[in-house]
Amino acid sequence: MKYFPLIWATLWRKKTRTLFTLLSVVVAFLLFGMLETVNYAFSHPGAGSAGADKVITTNKYSIVLSLPFADLQEIRSVPGVTDATWLTWLGAYYQEQKNFVFALPIDTESYFNVHQHELTVSDAHMKAYRSTRSGALVNVALMKKFGWKVGDKLPIHSTIWTQKNGSLDWTFDIVGTFDVTDPKQANAQAFTVFFHYDLFDEGRSFGKGTVGWIEARIDNPANAAAIAGKIDALFANSPNETKTQPANDFAMTFLKQVGDIGFVLRAILGAVFFTLLFLTGNTMMQSVRERIPELAVLKTLGFTDGQVLALVIAESLLLCLFAALIGLGLSYATLPIIGQALQGVQLDPVALIPGLGAAVLLALIVGLPPALRAMRLNIVDALSGMH
Amino acid sequence: MSEAIVSLRNIDKRYVRGKQSVDVLQGLNLDIPKGDFVALMGPSGSGKTTLLNLIGGLDTPTAGEITVAGQRLDKLSSGGLSHWRANHVGFVFQFYNLMPMLTAQRNVELPLLLTKLSADKRKANAMAALTLVGIADRARHKPNELSGGQAQRVAIARALVADPMLLVCDEPTGDLDRKSADEVLHLLQILNRQHGKSIVMVTHDPKAAEFASRQLHMDKGSLLEAGAPA
Repeated sequence: MKYFPLIWATLWRKKTRTLFTLLSVVVAFLLFGMLETVNYAFSHPGAGSAGADKVITTNKYSIVLSLPFADLQEIRSVPGVTDATWLTWLGAYYQEQKNFVFALPIDTESYFNVHQHELTVSDAHMKAYRSTRSGALVNVALMKKFGWKVGDKLPIHSTIWTQKNGSLDWTFDIVGTFDVTDPKQANAQAFTVFFHYDLFDEGRSFGKGTVGWIEARIDNPANAAAIAGKIDALFANSPNETKTQPANDFAMTFLKQVGDIGFVLRAILGAVFFTLLFLTGNTMMQSVRERIPELAVLKTLGFTDGQVLALVIAESLLLCLFAALIGLGLSYATLPIIGQALQGVQLDPVALIPGLGAAVLLALIVGLPPALRAMRLNIVDALSGMH
Repeated sequence: MSEAIVSLRNIDKRYVRGKQSVDVLQGLNLDIPKGDFVALMGPSGSGKTTLLNLIGGLDTPTAGEITVAGQRLDKLSSGGLSHWRANHVGFVFQFYNLMPMLTAQRNVELPLLLTKLSADKRKANAMAALTLVGIADRARHKPNELSGGQAQRVAIARALVADPMLLVCDEPTGDLDRKSADEVLHLLQILNRQHGKSIVMVTHDPKAAEFASRQLHMDKGSLLEAGAPA
C-alpha cells in the first residue's frame, strides 16, 4: 500500500490520456458485462428452481414444427407425468414490431393445473375469462407497460398465424389480469397474454389439430431426464419425433432460434478486447517511454529491477481493474433492462465475475512489455538520454 | 589521514557501442577520505561522469577494484548495488530529476519507500530533510511550481533523507543562475562541514569547485592532479 500514492500519481501524470484510456476500458467492460451475462444465461439454462418440475416436448427438429394434438394423451400416460397441457406460439406484437407480446393460446383447465402454484388470477377475472370466448388474461406488468385496462380491446398482429379470412390480426377482449407468485419469475412472464386455444384452433387457416409444444408436470424433478427419455422413446421413428427437455432448457432453446448466441457474443467481445489490447498497450508503452528518466531515477535511488517491473505492472493493473469495476458495475445496473429486452431472461450477476479475471489478464498483457522494458533499463544510458 | 570512503584501484572502464569500443577510464587510482568534499573537473568526455557513476554504484568497472563505504562495489550484483545505493549514497543531478507528479515532500519520501518506516515517520523524515535544506514551506508544491534553486534543494533533501554517508553530485549547479548556484553550493558545504557528509561533485564551473575542499582534474580518462584544499 505504501507504493499506492506513487502508482496513482504516475497513472494520472497525463490526465487526458489516462481518462480516455480509462473510458475505453470502462466501455469495453460494460459491453463485456452485458454480453457475458446474456451468454451465461443461455449457457446455464437450468439455473433457478422455477420449471424444475416440468418437461417440455417439441418437434425433434425444430420448435417451429408442430406436433399432433394426439401426442398429448400418450404423454399423459407416461409414468411420472402428473398432468400435461399444450400451447402454440402466436409470434405476435402490439401495433409495432418492437412491442413484442408473448401471446399464447392455452387450454385453460390443463394450463392452470400444470402452473397452479406459479400464477395468481383473481376469481372474478378467472370467471370472466372462462365465460368470454374472445377473452384474454394479460400479465399485470404488460397491462401497466401499455396502459391497458380490463375491458379494453386488444388487437395484436401475428407474424405466423393467419385467420381464415387471411388476416394476421387477432383481436381479444381483456377480461382480467394475472401475476406470478415468485417475483423472480416476473421478468419471464412480463410479456405474456393468454387466450383460448379453441378460439385460436378454429380461427387459424392452417395447422388445425396440431400444437406447438406440450408441457408436462412431473412428480419428481430428479426424474426429469428419465421421463424425458421415455416420452421421446414413445415417438421414436414416428413421422413426428420429439425432443423433450426441462422447462428452463426449453426457454433458452426458444430464444436460441435466432442463432448461435454464444458465438455471436464471444465474437463481439473478442473484437472489442483485441482492439482494447492495442489501445491500452499503446498507452502503457507510451507512458513508460515518456518516463524513462524518472524510472532511471527510481533505480538510482535504490529501487531494484524487480521493484520497477512491479510498479509498472501495478500501474497497469490499477488502470484495468479500476476501469473494469466501473464498467462491470454499470453493466450490473443495466441487467434488469437487458433482461426485459430479452423477454424476461434471468440474468445472473455471477457472470460478471470472470470480468475481473479478464481485467487482470488484460493488465498483464498490456503491462508486461513496458514493464520488462523498464526493468531492463540501464541507469547510465537512461540518465544520459540514450534510451 | 582519515579513513578513505572511496578507494579505486587500477580502474578501467570501456564502453562498447555496436562495433565501436571506447576506453573511458584507464588504470585509475583514487582515494577520497571520509568527510572530504571533492570537485571533479575536466573537459567534456574526460570521464568525470563515468567516474562519478562508478563511485555511486550506478555502473561497474571493466577492470579494477572499487571500494566505497567499505563495500567492494565491483563484486556486487545488480540487486546488491540497488540495495547498497539505497543505504549508502545520495544523488544530486544537474536537472534535479524530480518526479513531476509528486509534491516536494513526496519526492523526498521516495527513498524511504524502500525502508520499513511507517507513513508518519516517512513524512516526518522528509519534512526534516526539507527543513534542513531550508525549503519546508514548499513541501506541498510540485516541481513545476518551484524555481530551479528550490527544485535542486528538494533534490538535495531527497539525497539526504536516508542519511547516506556519501553524496554524489553531477553538475548540481549547471542549470542554475549564479545566486541560486551559490546557495546550493553553500548548502553542500554546510552538509559537508557540519553534518560530515562526504561529497563528490562533478562540475565545469571553477567557482563551484572553489566550494570543495579538494579539486581533482581529469583528462582523457586519467586523473591529472590534486588541487590544494580551499
